[in-house]
Amino acid sequence: MNVKQQLKEGLLTQNPVTVQLLGMCSVLAITTSLFNGIGMGISVLVILTLSNIFIAALRKIIPNKIRIACFIVVIATFVTVVDLFLKAYLKELSASLGVFIPLIVVNCIILGRAESFASKNGIGASALDGVFQGLGYTWILVVMCVIREFLGSGTFGGGLLGEGGKGITLFPEHFAMAGMARPVGGFLTLAAVIAAMQYFLNKPKKAEKKEEVAK
Amino acid sequence: MNWQNLVTIALGAILINNFIFSQFLGICPFMGVSKSTDTASGMGLAVTFVMGLASAVCWPINHFILEPADLVFMQTIVYILVIASLVQFIEMFLQKSMPSLYTALGVYLPLITTNCAVLGVVLQNTQNTYTFIESVAYGITGGLGFLLAIYLFAAVREKLEYSECPKAFEGFPIALVTAGLLALSFGGFSGLKLFG
Repeated sequence: MNVKQQLKEGLLTQNPVTVQLLGMCSVLAITTSLFNGIGMGISVLVILTLSNIFIAALRKIIPNKIRIACFIVVIATFVTVVDLFLKAYLKELSASLGVFIPLIVVNCIILGRAESFASKNGIGASALDGVFQGLGYTWILVVMCVIREFLGSGTFGGGLLGEGGKGITLFPEHFAMAGMARPVGGFLTLAAVIAAMQYFLNKPKKAEKKEEVAK
Repeated sequence: MNWQNLVTIALGAILINNFIFSQFLGICPFMGVSKSTDTASGMGLAVTFVMGLASAVCWPINHFILEPADLVFMQTIVYILVIASLVQFIEMFLQKSMPSLYTALGVYLPLITTNCAVLGVVLQNTQNTYTFIESVAYGITGGLGFLLAIYLFAAVREKLEYSECPKAFEGFPIALVTAGLLALSFGGFSGLKLFG
């Protein structure tokens, strides 16, 4: 397993959100401003990496029968650490993400990577896997945030840039589609993003097939 | 106990703040187990049961153990352990006493542990400082809302199997679009005002 392949799998071919279809709840719920997206992405990245390292280190000690329970305890510990950290230093982020920070415990991405990767591979590889899968999750979140924020309120970088953290206004708000900031927009944007990913991931295969036919 | 309060909580959990369509809790089983109405209703009932029971068990734990001992910061860890052991316990109980229901629920039962709706409802009970009865009512009606959502979605999805759509949207994306349209219609309930 080399680093380049792991990076490609995390970001594209085995992307946790668009290909493995894990961790939908947080992706749909919190992608309303760029600040939320980046904050959530980094929280998950940190927790995923730490829990991957820990589980990889303990993989020979944990009995097979109760492994899921052990994984959940490890993950819940790191989630609590991050939750308390955000409450202490980044109150705004903690308030706007709300219940979704403690809910990272049951985010299937983390348990899924623990089960399918960290429990079978060494510490170094598991740490890299955590970082790359976390990045894969984060960039999908950021894309969703940018689309929904632009269409929903006509701004860019809400919570981060502009006056009072309202984001840079790209067009007046009364032209915006308020629905995009609502739950409907979440579902539709994710559908479009996944469809686009499916289209681009299937494209090279089609090209290869055409070449084969031509031969 | 104020019955108006309970009706508000119930209608809120089922229609206005539906767990799936407005709070985005429990999307994974909602997407994964909605290929046919039979499995969808089985999953929905199992989730309702576990959500009610988890609310009933976690409330005394929070109220009589965590709060007096000043350990509220441990609640995420405690709750997930309670839910995991609860699901395990229900599984063993059903296997012994109601084998028919056990086989009907099959693999969905252990999956409920990682359903964020269950952990979500317990955390929200604590956040909203509900009383015991309110917590249980919120848990059960939240589960009923989940049941309604997943059943409707599965019914649409069964028809979707036979219709054509653009190639890139095949499978999961078109299901998401369907869910989006359902969410749009559930958005109509958000204007509902209760006793106000």
